[in-house]
This record gives sequence, structure tokens and C-alpha cells, in this order.
Amino acid sequence: MSKVITDVTCPFCGTLCDDLEITVSDDGKKIIDCQNACAIGSEKFLHVAKEGRVTRPRKRQPDGTYKEISYDEAIEYTAQMLAKAKKTLWYGWASTSCEAMAIGHKVAEKAGTIVDNCATVCHGSSLLAIQDVGVPSCTMGEIKNRADRVLFWGCNPAHAHPRHMSRYSIFPRGFFTTKGHKGRKIIVVDCRYTDTAKCADEFIQVDQSYDYEVLDAFRTVARGHPIPEVVGGVPREKIIKAVETLKEGRFGVIFFGMGLTHTLGRNHNIDIAINFTRDMNDFTKFSIVAMRGHWNVTGSGQVLSWQYGFPYCVDLTRRTHARYNPGETSSVDLLRRKEVDACICIASDIGAHFPIEATRHMASIPSVCIDPHINLTTEISDVHIPVALVGVEVEGCAYRMDNVPIACRKVVDPPEGILTDEELLERIYDRLCEIMGDA
Amino acid sequence: MTNKITLNLITCRTIQQGVAMETGKTSQKYFDAASIIHMHEDDMKKAGIMANTNVRVTSKDGSVVVKAVRTREDLKPGDAHIPMGPWANSIVSAYTYSTGEPCFKGFPVEIESVPNEKIMGAVELVQTLCYGEERRPPARE
Repeated sequence: MSKVITDVTCPFCGTLCDDLEITVSDDGKKIIDCQNACAIGSEKFLHVAKEGRVTRPRKRQPDGTYKEISYDEAIEYTAQMLAKAKKTLWYGWASTSCEAMAIGHKVAEKAGTIVDNCATVCHGSSLLAIQDVGVPSCTMGEIKNRADRVLFWGCNPAHAHPRHMSRYSIFPRGFFTTKGHKGRKIIVVDCRYTDTAKCADEFIQVDQSYDYEVLDAFRTVARGHPIPEVVGGVPREKIIKAVETLKEGRFGVIFFGMGLTHTLGRNHNIDIAINFTRDMNDFTKFSIVAMRGHWNVTGSGQVLSWQYGFPYCVDLTRRTHARYNPGETSSVDLLRRKEVDACICIASDIGAHFPIEATRHMASIPSVCIDPHINLTTEISDVHIPVALVGVEVEGCAYRMDNVPIACRKVVDPPEGILTDEELLERIYDRLCEIMGDA
Repeated sequence: MTNKITLNLITCRTIQQGVAMETGKTSQKYFDAASIIHMHEDDMKKAGIMANTNVRVTSKDGSVVVKAVRTREDLKPGDAHIPMGPWANSIVSAYTYSTGEPCFKGFPVEIESVPNEKIMGAVELVQTLCYGEERRPPARE
């Protein structure tokens, strides 16, 4: 007899859907079925049961092949590397639990490393803008129950957060939004006619990287001033109509994504989007929410912030105090300028998601990759340490994109003998203390 | 007759790439989902590129062979899109304008038809770009 575990949290994207139903085998070792999840979430759960998973650390040999080693050897290698290196980059964190992060930061503090998370190639620009101008935000529950005007700017939840639209932003019926989709006006601004745009009442196709100009035009119109005939490829009438639609709402929300953070202008794009939100509060209630990508990248920002005061790019190499200076202490810049002499990648993938110039330096220095599966970073690292999959095989705390902490559940046992992130990091810490002589 | 065409490239997630990433980055599914470039039909015609044939995409930071496909999520002519992954990142600049954020979206690339060139697998591509043709890792003490 199989059993069904309900209210499981999905560890894929920042939406953190917490209504999954996972069917597991009677012995609690195999996932048989996954209900309610999106295509990506169910693949994540069902992938765990597939053959060929690495369950013991591997060390690269001089000929490029990998040889299985024991956890003790892998921990020794990592601790020695941390003790020897002058400046280590410890990047990742977005796909592990807050509990593991806290232990990892203890190791990082001891060794004096730089701690950076996936925000550095994702919503780092948003964090810079939020520090500059603040953020009038709200939770997903408020959006579901109140929002009748939803503006998606440079984001494509249909692909990147597949259940976002049905759980919070477009389709659900809430306390004050009893008509669901029919009661909401949806506006999508993007340079592509995305699958999200296909659900919208109004689609505004902006010329790529002209978001700042168009947002500026939105602000200008909201304040009642004239604008040119065409701004960033968008006709004046379209902008005026969109602003009027937004003003008429009782509760509006802006969701923004990589379309703003990755394009030219970076944090200034977010800055003006936040300021537009502030302007709109003169007419109605308005909020803005970043579409955070990885399921616990927000959690990494939270844990770093309560421990050191900064959400990413935290430099602990001074040992006396934490420094923060994106552009200097950010992963891609450190690697591009070849400023680090060792690298640990945990719960993330530099090889797949960093520009090649940065990856190339990572591949040339001593490196360790801590990840449940084989990915492109494991294949250019000296040592790959597999761990149990958080949110599937280990429970833990994660933060949703609106900064709400949600507990992730364990649904199956990890493969025998495999360590969890927490156990592994605790053991690295103990060994590091022994090496550094002050246990 | 093939011509080179200069387009504005963006890189971002597609759901196919997201699903394939969870299947495994060494899987065929990931290769199929991420080693492609979405182009507008008009641009393909201009450059003499047939749909589903290989093209070489070159930026100031590198060059990569991917498969040209017709855009599903409509791009404007002049724009092209490679899903996030090692193929896209082979040509993305690591320069961050002091923000920490590389320029993943909005940079010029030159595209030319190379129907007979092979697309490298994910691991092969990253190892070749990091270690050279022989894919020999650096010696450690």
C-alpha cells in the first residue's frame, strides 16, 4: 500500500506552492506520484527516484576522470582548502534550507570567505534598488484576496513560476476578488509576446532594454504631464490607457523579473518601478513584488541579513566585520578579476549559469561543489560532494518570494549513507577548527 | 547564399529548460531545450537560415553553435533569444557595470548559418571552454 503525504512544499521556484500531494511507497523510500505540482516541480520530485544518482563524494583525478572517495576525505579536502586559501568564494545557497545556511555561514566566518547567493545573477539589482528607495510590498495572500489590477513587467511566470498565476495573481478567487480572473485587469509589459502575455487584457511590447524610458513615461502620465508620441516603441495612447486602467483599480500590484534586472540600467530600472508604485499610491493602493527565482534565494538573503546586515555579496574575509560592495564583492566580478583563489559552490550551478569568463576562473582554482546531482559545476570541480535533497529528503525552512517563511517537508528517506547539508557543514566546521587550532 | 545577420540577444528561462534542468543537466532533454536560438522568421530569411539547422552565434565574448528555431513566444524582428544555460553563457559578457549583475539580456550577436557544424554537449562545451580542446583539467599539488 502506498501512502499520500499532503501539504508538501515544492522546492523549485520562489512561489513555494505548499499544496502538493506526494504518493510514496509503503517503505517511504520511493516517490510514486506527484499531484498539484507544475511540470518543473513534478519533474523535481520524480527525478529523485531515477537511477544513476551519485551517493558518495567524487574527486577528480589528473586525467579528468572522477574517483569515489569517502565523506571523511572530501571533508578533509574542503577544510584544508578553506584553511589554505587567501580568499575563498562561497557561492550558491539558494536551494538549501535556512538552517543549513546558518551553519555554512559559521564555517565561512571561521575561514574568512566571501558569501554570495544566486541573487548576484538574478535579483541583485532589485536588492540594490530596495536599499536605495525602499519597497512598498505585500504578501501573496493580500494579492490573491485584494488585487484587481496586476502588472507583470519583464517577467514570464507562465514559464518561470508556472503556478504563480493560478495560486496568487490572475486566476484565483479571493475574499474581495470573488470573480477571479474576470474581476482582474492584467497588463503585461515585455519585449516578447510571452505565454504570460497571452493571458493578459493588455499587452505592451516594449523595445528591448527601453524599460526605464517606458516606466518613466508611466510615471509622467500618472502625474498628469504630456509624453512623446512613442516611448521605447510603445505608442502614447497605449501608455495613457494602461495608466488609467491601473488608476481605476482598488488594489494594484506590479510583479517584475529579469526583464528589468538583467537589462541595461539594472537597479535604476527597479528604482523607477518602485517610484512608480509610490506614485500610484496617490490614487489607489499599490504594491510591488520581485519574482524571486530559486525557491530559497529569498531565505539566503534573509539569513545573511539577520546575521551580517547585508542580503548578498557579503565579504567576511576581514574577520572583524562584514563588508558589502556589489561590483567588488560579487561573485561574477571576483571571478572575472581573478581575485579569489578557491571556490565552493553549494546548491547552485556556476558552470551552467555564470558567463564563461567567470566560470573559466572557477575551473582553474581549487574548488568543491556541494550538490545532490551531477551538474555542470560538478564536472569542473576538484571534488563533488553529493548531499540529500532539501525539501524532498530533508525538511527545512524556506522563504517565499514575498518574504514569508514556509516549512518544507521531508517526503522520502535519502539514499543510505548520504549526508545532509547540515551534517556535512557541521563536520567541515569541526575539522576546520581542528586545523586552525582553536576548536 | 548565407549572410551574417546582427541581432540583439536576450537569454532567459523557458519552461522546457526548467523541466529539463530538473531531469539533469547532462540529459538529452536539457540539450534539446537549451542549445537553441529562437529567431524571428524574417531574420531567418534575411540570413538564409533554415529552421532547425545549426547556426554559429558570435558575440564579443565568445562563439557557440546552436540550433535555430522559429520563435514561439513572439520576438520582434531584430531580437533573438537563447534559453539560459551553458550555450547562452558561452557568449554572455561577465562585465557587470559595477552592479554584480552580468549583461544577460540585450547585447549584439552575429549569426551565420553553419549547417554542418556540430553542437557541443553541455559538459563537453563547458570543459572545452574552460580547459581547451583536450579538456585536460589543471594539475593540482
